[in-house]
Amino acid sequence: MTDTTMTYQPSPEAVKARAVLLGRSRWGFAEIAFWLLAAACYWLFPTKLSLLSEIAILGLVALSIDLVLGYAGIVTLGQGAFFGIGAYAAGLAAKYGAGVAPWSDPVIGLFIGGGFAALIGFATSFLVLRGSDLTRLMVTLGVALIVDEIVNQTKWLTGGSDGLQGVLPSPVLGIWEFDLFGKTAFVYSMVVLFILFLVARAIVKSPFGLSLQAIKGNPLRTRAIGMPVNGRLVAIYTISSFYAGIAGALAAQTTQFASPDYVAFHRSADALLMLVFGGAGHLYGGLLGSIIFRTMQDVLGNITPQYWQFWLGATLVGLVLFVRGGILGLLANLRNRATRNGGAK
Amino acid sequence: MLTILLDGIAYGMLLFILAVGLCVTLGLMNFINLAHGAFAMAGGYLTITLMQQAGVPFLLCLPAAFIFAAVLGLLLERTLYRHLYDKTHLDQVLFSIGLVFMAMAMVDYAYGANQQIVNLPDFLTGRINFLGASIGVYRLFVIVICSLLVVGLQLILTQTRFGSRLRAAVDDGRVARGMGIDVTRIFAVTFAVGSGLAGLGGALGTGIISFDPTFPLKYMIYFLIVISVGGTTTITGPFLAAILLGVADVAGKYYVPAVGGFIIYTIMVVVLILRPQGLFSRGPAR
Repeated sequence: MTDTTMTYQPSPEAVKARAVLLGRSRWGFAEIAFWLLAAACYWLFPTKLSLLSEIAILGLVALSIDLVLGYAGIVTLGQGAFFGIGAYAAGLAAKYGAGVAPWSDPVIGLFIGGGFAALIGFATSFLVLRGSDLTRLMVTLGVALIVDEIVNQTKWLTGGSDGLQGVLPSPVLGIWEFDLFGKTAFVYSMVVLFILFLVARAIVKSPFGLSLQAIKGNPLRTRAIGMPVNGRLVAIYTISSFYAGIAGALAAQTTQFASPDYVAFHRSADALLMLVFGGAGHLYGGLLGSIIFRTMQDVLGNITPQYWQFWLGATLVGLVLFVRGGILGLLANLRNRATRNGGAK
Repeated sequence: MLTILLDGIAYGMLLFILAVGLCVTLGLMNFINLAHGAFAMAGGYLTITLMQQAGVPFLLCLPAAFIFAAVLGLLLERTLYRHLYDKTHLDQVLFSIGLVFMAMAMVDYAYGANQQIVNLPDFLTGRINFLGASIGVYRLFVIVICSLLVVGLQLILTQTRFGSRLRAAVDDGRVARGMGIDVTRIFAVTFAVGSGLAGLGGALGTGIISFDPTFPLKYMIYFLIVISVGGTTTITGPFLAAILLGVADVAGKYYVPAVGGFIIYTIMVVVLILRPQGLFSRGPAR
């Protein structure tokens, strides 16, 4: 045994590849600071907890889009569909499972929501594989619209345009009751977000994640080196819809409500915007974007209620014209320039 | 039965006028302009304002709406849009959604979120019997105007020098440029005309569809369906698609209201899967 391990000499290339792969997954200082700060919000803004949990949920949706768009390069305008499916699945589980021991637990509800969304995501992923950006855009949009219609028409199940009422989730894991101040909701959303973030981080830093980026870069060549492009895309699309579904489930549980608004076009568009604000392909882009987006909405909404959409539009136009890659892209550019200048001196 | 068919055709023709500019933009420059509906909204609201505030007769409002939207389109094309032709589709989508949001907020600010209704002139209201079916005079008016426009567009495209240049540019922009055709200029003109047509469609639409600030988003999906089903290589494809969509939508809402928009969305997705280049288009999509 010892002999075989002793004689095995990894080639220098393998060592290098291993070092690259491991180096990619090392935690940076900024990352740790970000999560510490996020946790500290519990004590920093005790009156804004429900807003903060909303931000965490929006961030999770944006993260789910980042997985398909930022890493695999699939343009989607229909993430709201999976958000809505997750919300309704978890909401219905909480409503009709109330009292029935395991089904009413929010954590089970998360899996129900995420599972349903992943199922639909898996089924529709084959539609998304085909065609160009435009086709994908319209297929995802079409799927979202169909889900929207279904939600609106199945009034007996979803409550139609009135929304799903009477969602009363049991205490989380049977211990923590949802309270009026949103303390439980905040901690719960944050923990779920953090765990899912860790998983997403592991996914994109893995060889699987690298292969996705290769597909984004050039699907044809990636296929030529023997990568199962379609399989990979189906996998990441399903994972992404699972994420969006969990976000929806979280939303339904923490607000104790689900409405057709969750599936509406502007949901999908907003989530996409958040990601683009922050910068796609960094994992943190969606989280940063959701913070900025929701804060902007709060501040501008207070100054000019309902017209904040104008500034949102203006920011978006400016972003596309002048700042490509969002905030994180901008930062990365600045850092690159700084190091290049430093090297020149 | 025939009434519904005629209503559907009128609606479909209107959709075609609204969407035709987008077809050309997409086919010519491969540019995804989700803000196309904003130009239609501009035309519609201009008509509403002119008629209600200034008392301009309805028939005069139509060319005014065309010119207004065309000038608006030209301005935006020259200042903003042209920077985005070589950007990715995602950027184009985001940019045009941004424009839509701004347009919606501006209209909301100026007119409020209520639905706007115009009082059509007397000679356009009422119903007449046409081939044994009762149809609104206004619907007939829309059908006539749109038919004239379609024939006109088709003639321009097939018979004039500009039309053949445009077709060449759509078929292969690079080669067309190489042959000395000023593709940029053709595109600017086409964009303006397309926006103008959208504006005209918006003005015509004031009698059929109700206008509120969410118009560009609500109808964006209809435009996209027209294009995806009709393809971007011809003008007859989107025309047939628009008529089909109009009839299907009106009939669907009349006969099976419970299903609503379900049918047309499903048709769109199925068509996209089976024929990504459009139902009526020739040759594979580029």
